[in-house]
Amino acid sequence: MLRDITIGQYFPGNSLIHRLDPRFKIVITLIYILMLFTGSNIICLAVGGVYTIAALLLSRIPFKMFWKSVKPLLPFLLLTAVLNVLLVDSGDVYFKWKFIKITAGGVNISVFMIIRIVLLIMGSSLLTYTTSPITLTDAIERLLSPLKLLRFPVHELAMMMSIALRFVPTLIEETDKIMSAQKARGAEIDTGSFVTRAKNMISILVPLFISSFRRADELATAMECRCYNGGEGRTRLRQLKASARDFIALAVTLLFYAGALTVGLLFK
Amino acid sequence: MAILETRQLTYTYSIGSPFEKTAVDHVDLKIEEGEMVGVMGHTGSGKSTLIQHFNGLLRPTSGTVLLDGKDIWADKKSIRDVRFQVGLVFQYPEYQIFEETVFKDIAFGPRNMGLDEQEIKRRVLETAHDIGLKEELLKRSPFELSGGQKRRVAIAGVMAMEPKVLILDEPTAGLDPAGRDKIISHIKEYHKRMKNTILIVSHSMEDIAGFADKILVMNKAKLFCYDDTEKVFGRAAEISEIGLDVPQITKVFMELKRQGLDFGKEVYTVPYARDLLLKHLRGKAGAEDC
Repeated sequence: MLRDITIGQYFPGNSLIHRLDPRFKIVITLIYILMLFTGSNIICLAVGGVYTIAALLLSRIPFKMFWKSVKPLLPFLLLTAVLNVLLVDSGDVYFKWKFIKITAGGVNISVFMIIRIVLLIMGSSLLTYTTSPITLTDAIERLLSPLKLLRFPVHELAMMMSIALRFVPTLIEETDKIMSAQKARGAEIDTGSFVTRAKNMISILVPLFISSFRRADELATAMECRCYNGGEGRTRLRQLKASARDFIALAVTLLFYAGALTVGLLFK
Repeated sequence: MAILETRQLTYTYSIGSPFEKTAVDHVDLKIEEGEMVGVMGHTGSGKSTLIQHFNGLLRPTSGTVLLDGKDIWADKKSIRDVRFQVGLVFQYPEYQIFEETVFKDIAFGPRNMGLDEQEIKRRVLETAHDIGLKEELLKRSPFELSGGQKRRVAIAGVMAMEPKVLILDEPTAGLDPAGRDKIISHIKEYHKRMKNTILIVSHSMEDIAGFADKILVMNKAKLFCYDDTEKVFGRAAEISEIGLDVPQITKVFMELKRQGLDFGKEVYTVPYARDLLLKHLRGKAGAEDC
């Protein structure tokens, strides 16, 4: 159950997308999101769709993995789609029975919205699937570095993010272990009434909290032993260097964005 | 009849993914009631996966696990009762402690069994005594105790369920030699009182030699052997071949045998070796006097 979590999962590889500079990948993803949300009709989305499919293919990550990231959100998607179909009242009437009324406008909006959100999830999963968490936080630190002038603790924020990401799998494993240990003592976690289950959650949460604090303490000591004292004057093992292909990727993305905008204006 | 039995037990992790791995491969096993069993095997040999089948935490991919001759998965709803009958203590069990007092933490298992207060109290006091925890400790918070004491509280938490079969996964890992001996001797005491079946996973051959009637050896997901301690350590050459070791004292006696002093049986504990040697030396001295 816990092993199905895909947030922040990274699939090592050596495709074009994997090799792009992470800073550019973040900027490109932001432009991509803008493209999806400024697109006002289905043809704009088609442009976005072509772009997404091309990027997914270039990453050489099995399509199944992208489906996996969309799957948990399907119930919400379907629910909002159904509400849209039933509540939006515009255009030709397809079907009418008592108070239920299905119109062309409602169907259009539902389809449009589903496609937009599915594309959004797939595109942004591509970022985390092809970029290791460490490089991702490195890139965020670099992109936010202008904020240092405003005394915003950019380095500390990035360090906290990398530590948090680093410990997600560790804590999942730990939770699994503690759950097994308490089940072995007869705690009802998957079965039993809601109240017993809630009560038994305490037997998992308390040890989990304690071990998180212990780990944090040990990590802090280990970092101090290696003379860590913040970002001041710290150099990096991996230097981020933008190359021609990063600029080409950015240009292609901007081109698609411009294309989507023009298409949107042409077919009102 | 065997208390615990497996038939063609097989377990495969992550079926259908690139990480697919068979951790337990067609294991046939019969453990008789009242035995003290040492479980050995390399890291990744499948011993931890195997023991998690005995109390139904893992469900076999194929094959069956029988407790008292009954398939534990025959009725899915009764799996919780199986967990009360087969107690499992995980590695580093002190990380599962969560209650405010030692007493409450030990009582967690018995309370889940739905016992009455009096019976819970009896069990907590008796197991605390067996495992060597003083009564005044029971009112303290378990988080104030030393590492070794916490370990014993956690072990007592499973023992207090008075399971027919008690399984401990490396109960002495990370403790100093004195703490190790203490825990093993307390477990032996509990065994003497309860007369139940106990399985202990251990990497220390000296520990295993000290308590086990029988030894179960896992190697590369398969059951390598399950036999009397003496017989298993008698196969020292094969045991070393799969990367495990026999007790040091056994090695000394194997070397003595190679040099011509044969005692005719396997020696695997130091006290026994001492008696044997003393007897031999006295006999020799006597012979020289004549």
